[in-house]
Amino acid sequence: MSFALSAERDTKLRDILARYPNKMAACIPTLHLAQEQNGWISEEVVSWVARTLDLSTAHVFGVATFYSLFNKEPVGKHQIWVCRTLSCGLSGSDGIMKRCEKRLGIKCGQTTPDGKVTLRTAECLASCGSGPMMQVDRTYHENLTPEKVDSILEGLLGGDDNDG
Amino acid sequence: MIKRTNYLSKRYDVPDGHTIGAYEKDGGYKQARRAMKMAPEEIVNETKAANLRGRGGAGFPMGVKWSFMPAKGDKPHYLVVNADEGEPGTFKDRTLMELDPHSTIEGCIIACRAIHANVAYIYVRDELHFAKAQLWTAIDEAKAKGYLGDKPFGVDYPVEVYGHSGAGAYICGEETALLNSIEGRRGEPRLKPPFPAQAGVFGMPTTVNNLESIASVPTIMEIGGDAFSKLSSLHEIRDGGCRLFGVSGHVNTPGVFECAVGLTLRELVYDLGGGVKGGELLGVIPGGSSTPILLPDELVDAPEKGDPLNAWHGKSVLDVPMGVDTMRGVGTMLGTCCAIVLSDKACPVLAMHNLMRFYRHESCGQCTPCREGNGWIERILDRIVAAEGTLEDLDRLHEIAGTVMGNTLCAFGEGSAMPALGFLLKFRPAFEQYIETGGKSSTRRLAL
Repeated sequence: MSFALSAERDTKLRDILARYPNKMAACIPTLHLAQEQNGWISEEVVSWVARTLDLSTAHVFGVATFYSLFNKEPVGKHQIWVCRTLSCGLSGSDGIMKRCEKRLGIKCGQTTPDGKVTLRTAECLASCGSGPMMQVDRTYHENLTPEKVDSILEGLLGGDDNDG
Repeated sequence: MIKRTNYLSKRYDVPDGHTIGAYEKDGGYKQARRAMKMAPEEIVNETKAANLRGRGGAGFPMGVKWSFMPAKGDKPHYLVVNADEGEPGTFKDRTLMELDPHSTIEGCIIACRAIHANVAYIYVRDELHFAKAQLWTAIDEAKAKGYLGDKPFGVDYPVEVYGHSGAGAYICGEETALLNSIEGRRGEPRLKPPFPAQAGVFGMPTTVNNLESIASVPTIMEIGGDAFSKLSSLHEIRDGGCRLFGVSGHVNTPGVFECAVGLTLRELVYDLGGGVKGGELLGVIPGGSSTPILLPDELVDAPEKGDPLNAWHGKSVLDVPMGVDTMRGVGTMLGTCCAIVLSDKACPVLAMHNLMRFYRHESCGQCTPCREGNGWIERILDRIVAAEGTLEDLDRLHEIAGTVMGNTLCAFGEGSAMPALGFLLKFRPAFEQYIETGGKSSTRRLAL
């Protein structure tokens, strides 16, 4: 199945292309737009980005696989990243991850069977003074306690499905 | 000496302090307006006099860097602002973007004028969605006011500022990796030379500055380079101004604090940071995880009269003012000026393991010593932590870190090897005991 950007995102793409002296520079912003729509970077997305920006698929694939935020496989509707680097480690990030694993019934790196939540670790998210912390989709949740984690997860699991 | 200043963080607690209205109420954009009518060399000289050492970690003088840019020729020049904040322990640039984004944009306009650039790219790590939203909105506000665009402040010198998101790669904080990333490539560092001032983004003359450095530019222009420099007690050794200090880990009041340069680690940890939480001080990593850890019982060794650290000879390293050269003098680095504090309840073996896992994960893989070395270090530490290590492993770790050091294209190699060697040398007895007792000597935890 071939991929194409929605009309709204296509307008954004035109705006982005105008910022750079060549099309290649729009590679990462374009991959972001495509992932926003598709959820992950599939082979179809890679081909589409390559065609759109006059790049080889090898180049686009190389870029997509270099950066950790481009999903190389489908992920859950919501994504959680628990920061595990030193400042958060000193503040108890291990406990936060364990709590998430227990509540979601999955291990780090997995997606819940209903496809709602993917759980991962992150390396330092620049939130060192307010650890432990985790990022849920685009939002930082800081100074976490097990109770806070529970209520965030309840919101995700029980939340209605029109916030995508 | 604690000398709190209020230039960069003035609007942090002001409601709507991030808006252009609040910024202009405090005199914002006056300096950009003035700079647009100044000769570029005048701005560069003012910045040189400020003795602002780059706030991203390397500590290179910003004005000197600007002066490396060639005279205006046919080629377009670029300003690139590094806001890929990802050095573990560092969370200062984020506060500027979220709470006062206009100082960065005004700094971009002034810097563009100084280095003959018409376009600035601000490279922000993707995860900082709120910071990006604040910054992008601020760009729109400035554009709507006519401060950006074809004729900023009515002067026929176009300036555009564009935001650019990263996609999750620590290495893109390295300036040439960042340039490759903007160009739409894998974020792998480039060989230097050529330096960015000769061939930077899109092969054109480019200046790359940390976001806090750029956000300081309006203050430099407002109070003057010399006055800015003299805020610092290290003004004499050309380490000027005020800056954002961060402290995290085992302290009672972690956070970001603006102070004049000259603050000591003891003041950062015990005064601003509210003291060590849950025990006594085990050690402090002074400025991001790549800077070797300092222990409270380490003393300054500078008996020579001419040594800049001579005044602190025999005193604790915690009492030395935090500067680029002073921290180098005590065997570590100032880095990003954001300290991580470890109490004695934390196990140093686990702390090193945590950091080396980070470096293995973030090595871009381009240079063999870094790619293989950091993986090897992590695997050995995995074994030690699991109580399966041997004393020979410690020597092996030394050897591997020594091989990574100096044998990579970019500073990541040193950035991972130096903290590794720091932990190994300074906590040798703790590592040996951990191995000999199968981990029983350790608290076996990081968190309190």
